[in-house]
Amino acid sequence: MYKRLLKSVREYKMPTILTLIFIVGEVIIEVLIPFITADLVNRIKAGADMSYIVKTGMILVGMAVISLCCGGIAGFTSAKASAGFAKNLRHDIFSKIQTYTFENIDKFSSSSLVTRMTTDVQNVQMAYMTVIRMAVRAPLMLIFAVIMAWTMGGSLAATFVVVIPVLGMGLLIISRKAMPAFHRVFRKYDKLNEAIEENVRAMRVVKGFSREEYEKEKFSDASDNIRRDFTKAERIVAMNSPLMQFCVYFNSVFILLVGSKLAITSQGAAINVGQISAMLTYGIQILMQLMMLSMVYVILTMSNESIKRICEVLTEEPMLRSPEKPLCEVADGSVDFENVSFKYSEKAERYSLENINLHIKSGMTVGVIGGTGAGKSTLVQLIPRLYDTTVGSVKVGGKDVKEYELNTLRSSVAMVLQKNLLFAGTINENLRWGNENATREEIEEACKLAQADDFIRQFPDGYETMIEQGGTNVSGGQKQRLCIARALLKRPKILILDDSTSAVDMKTDALIRDGFRRYIPETTKIIIAQRIASVRDSDMIIVLDNGGVSAVGTHEELLKTSPIYREVYEQQSGGEEAA
Amino acid sequence: MKKQQNMKNAPKRPPMKKGVIGRVVKMLFKSYPVLVPTMLLCILFSGAVSSIPSLFTQKIIGFIEAGMTTGDWSGSKEKIIPLIFVLIGLYILSIAAITAYTQIGAYITQGFLHKMRRSMFNGMQDLPISYFDRNRHGDIMSHYTNDIDTLRQLVSQVLPSLINSITIVLVVFGIMVYYSLWMTLVVLAGVAAMLLVSKKMGGGSAKYFVRQQKSMGKAEGYIQEMMTGQRVVKVFCHEAKSQEAFDKINDELGDDSYKANAYANCLGPIIMNIGNVLYVIVAMVGGLFIAANIKNVSISGMAFGISILIPFLNMTRQFTGNINQLSQQVNHIVMAMAGASRVFALMDEEPETDDGYVTLVNAKAGKDGNLTETNEHTGHWAWKHPHSDGTVTYTPLLGDVRMVDVDFSYEEGKEVLHGISVYAEPGQKVAFVGATGAGKTTITNLINRFYDIADGKIRYDGININKIKKSDLRRSLGIVLQETNLFTGTVMDNIRYGRLDATDEECIEAAKLAGADDFITRLPGGYNTLLTNNGANLSQGQRQLISIARAAVADPPVMILDEATSSIDTRTEAIVQKGMDKLMEGRTVFVIAHRLSTVMNSDVIMVLDHGRIIERGSHEKLLEEKGTYYQLYTGAFELE
Repeated sequence: MYKRLLKSVREYKMPTILTLIFIVGEVIIEVLIPFITADLVNRIKAGADMSYIVKTGMILVGMAVISLCCGGIAGFTSAKASAGFAKNLRHDIFSKIQTYTFENIDKFSSSSLVTRMTTDVQNVQMAYMTVIRMAVRAPLMLIFAVIMAWTMGGSLAATFVVVIPVLGMGLLIISRKAMPAFHRVFRKYDKLNEAIEENVRAMRVVKGFSREEYEKEKFSDASDNIRRDFTKAERIVAMNSPLMQFCVYFNSVFILLVGSKLAITSQGAAINVGQISAMLTYGIQILMQLMMLSMVYVILTMSNESIKRICEVLTEEPMLRSPEKPLCEVADGSVDFENVSFKYSEKAERYSLENINLHIKSGMTVGVIGGTGAGKSTLVQLIPRLYDTTVGSVKVGGKDVKEYELNTLRSSVAMVLQKNLLFAGTINENLRWGNENATREEIEEACKLAQADDFIRQFPDGYETMIEQGGTNVSGGQKQRLCIARALLKRPKILILDDSTSAVDMKTDALIRDGFRRYIPETTKIIIAQRIASVRDSDMIIVLDNGGVSAVGTHEELLKTSPIYREVYEQQSGGEEAA
Repeated sequence: MKKQQNMKNAPKRPPMKKGVIGRVVKMLFKSYPVLVPTMLLCILFSGAVSSIPSLFTQKIIGFIEAGMTTGDWSGSKEKIIPLIFVLIGLYILSIAAITAYTQIGAYITQGFLHKMRRSMFNGMQDLPISYFDRNRHGDIMSHYTNDIDTLRQLVSQVLPSLINSITIVLVVFGIMVYYSLWMTLVVLAGVAAMLLVSKKMGGGSAKYFVRQQKSMGKAEGYIQEMMTGQRVVKVFCHEAKSQEAFDKINDELGDDSYKANAYANCLGPIIMNIGNVLYVIVAMVGGLFIAANIKNVSISGMAFGISILIPFLNMTRQFTGNINQLSQQVNHIVMAMAGASRVFALMDEEPETDDGYVTLVNAKAGKDGNLTETNEHTGHWAWKHPHSDGTVTYTPLLGDVRMVDVDFSYEEGKEVLHGISVYAEPGQKVAFVGATGAGKTTITNLINRFYDIADGKIRYDGININKIKKSDLRRSLGIVLQETNLFTGTVMDNIRYGRLDATDEECIEAAKLAGADDFITRLPGGYNTLLTNNGANLSQGQRQLISIARAAVADPPVMILDEATSSIDTRTEAIVQKGMDKLMEGRTVFVIAHRLSTVMNSDVIMVLDHGRIIERGSHEKLLEEKGTYYQLYTGAFELE
């Protein structure tokens, strides 16, 4: 798991290694400085002459400068390495997601992908920085300090035999206990944030039912619940500093007590005052390093969850692949379904589509009608190979869609999705998704065809009007028309409208279809609709029911042959007859 | 076009205000008037206690030194052992104080955060709808995630360690002055240098941290958009393009993050090594003083000598160590200030005003036909209208809604509704038809007072709606919106949202009425099926059916159906229609629909165009008039 992640370090290996090297340098000097200062103090005590003191002082200053350089450079390189690593990780995740198919996307919710790319990567960045700064430093310091303590303190060093295991065990127990508690609480915290998001999104419903007080109460309970759990977890971790202090104190009492007896009884032979002082210093240092190590442990375990979540994204394999020798040209807009059955997941018991056989000639206008859940969207999503069939094959331009290069196929098949989206940016920029190099004339032409030109011109900024994220500042009908225009700009061989005019009024809807017939006759048009009016003039109407083709034919034929179609028609045209 | 005008503004990022930390501290004290001072005392105490032992240690070492020359353990013991006991005593107190303040700290931090979250959330519930139109959901959310997190750091780490470090610095400073003023000045000079560096470096790092936060927000926004739009990206083969755009934002973020962390990382070594140099300087100056035998100025009145220099050197270490600690907090403080000002900005947002005093009460008709108020659930409701002369009148809740000459604008100077008059008598069905952006939804937004009218009047059962308490007004109006929003919870919970005290049977009854019972019972868990992520596992039509059931269970006298059935296929709609008809029976209903089949049987149909009602009348009458409605109606078939 770590390995997969560390692949993203790439060009930041160098700063990482530099960090380690400079930290070693810093540590060495840091360990040496107390030595020389101790010597300096002894000299002053002994009443050495000023020139010697100045000389030693200068050496110390020089060492401080070197230490500063090492520390400073390591500070920069570690920041560079970790920020770069995080940057690469985000890049890798993003580009991995770009290779995902619809099937992969279905697996992850978009909000979970966002968290993975933001919070999780940030956690990893912090962990990486801490580890490269501490991972060498703490053990090295620890080893140095223990060696020094042993050589200087002799039998006094016995105190560490007691204190180190106590502190080590203590820290381990604390983090072991705290970890699961934090885990639980973070889960709940995520849930709480989801609930807030839900509330913000549904504000009109909340206010419409005047449920403000109810929502407050619900939130307060959930938040208080988190408070309780969080407090519990934090209180376990809070035991860290008393434990640490206890060990430091125990250490100094032990050293002072035993040390004083040893020193006095042996008259400084076994140990002298300077050594006792040094033991006190090293004692604190050793315990500090243990603390650091436990911190590294905690950070690593804390980031484990993040690492796991990132790896999930990185190791997810896209389900569709372009073939070895792909076709790079779509001959025409004909579409054939041959014995197609499909289910979204292998585990699904029922097929969403079963045994579909359809033959659509290039340039035809095809209507698709059917109830909710009949499989309309599923059917058309197979054409641009957003999903692969489970059984049978879908052919476009006479060739199996699996034989095409994916981009070739998808640029010939324009699809306006049911859940469509505009992106933050100007209308112009949004439309250019269809064709980046479209001229102004082409854009306006597409908009006229989609009946969007008029309302766009009514905006004060016209085609340069800013669209808010998600297209919230245009109405549903306007959004749909913009999405159609965007798809038209692709100049596709096949155009699929998945219930894309539901919010457009009937007249405009009819104008759009009329435009299609007149201006893009060679394009195959597949129109999914609820309204019979939207499909009745199609060359062919497919009636789907429960995942299967119930009837195919023209409006007139279907009125005779398909009871479902007739029923829907009669409901919708009840008024017409009355008129 | 509805929200276009007022959505344009970029997300509001309030400027950082100076007083925010003070406000946080004040709120802390107010929330925990006993615990916060207790914790403070504990921090002060432990800070003080942990700086004192160095004095004792020094003394003990002095005794050891003295004892070593004589080798007399039992003699020295009598001096040393009591001191060690004092030391142990101090240590125990110190540990107790530390334990106390860290435990209290954990408790207070979480309690405080809970309180902040709650007041943010509660405040947010009372904000007018326009706030949610103005601010992106992602921005609102970040108050609850990122911003509150900086507060957590502030309260749980920054403030305690600040107080702790400052205490130690002050105590050590006192001891220094006690020993020697001249030497203290030397140390102070070094400390001044450290503070200067901290300010410069820490400030620089904070600047980049804030910038990093900003680019993080930008990146997050982009990621969010692209992740939700991933399917569109696929369909348009836009992968490379969006990758390119992302990389640009990502590089910026990486750069800011690098700079922010680099500054922060360097600060430590710099302060530490200034400390090292200071140590040397103190040692040398001390040596000089001793050699030159300079007269000491101190509180203790001790002559300057080696016995003062040694503790001084130790104190220099302690001093610089704590200054280092302090300097590490600088960028946290700046971040917390930025976070706190955003949190406060949300909490300070002006809530929706509600001057209504007419309330909705359960009513009982007396023998003489007069209504009286009752606490029982009678199924009859009345408006309780207190007058200025102290009398109270009760008006039965009927659902009579009249709008007279209503003008409205979302933004001053840009009127979107002009002279709208609508009379809906109890039980009538009023439909609004018109192009998108004609103002249909806006009208309904005025009836439930999501927005307030600019001119004209709206009367509900003869009462000016401005006089009715908003929550009661909305309680009497059921709404079903085109964009359905379901909550995490079971299907049953979601239906019950309409009326919290509804029994399961009533909820199922409502679902049957809405035609939702059929598919709900076929869900794996039936009514107990858990819905998450806005009912992602349901189709749009099914979600609409649930939201209709939700409105049905509320049983309001007036209903607003805003494209409520737009996503239900017509076949299902025909099935639902029966239920809908039953649902609408005896209620005043405002219907907005594109599908004319949905509105045909309305009592009155209003045809809207650019914020004006251009035609009104029944279906038959409008067809006879052969106006816009006629065109709309027949337009669908004009291509025959």
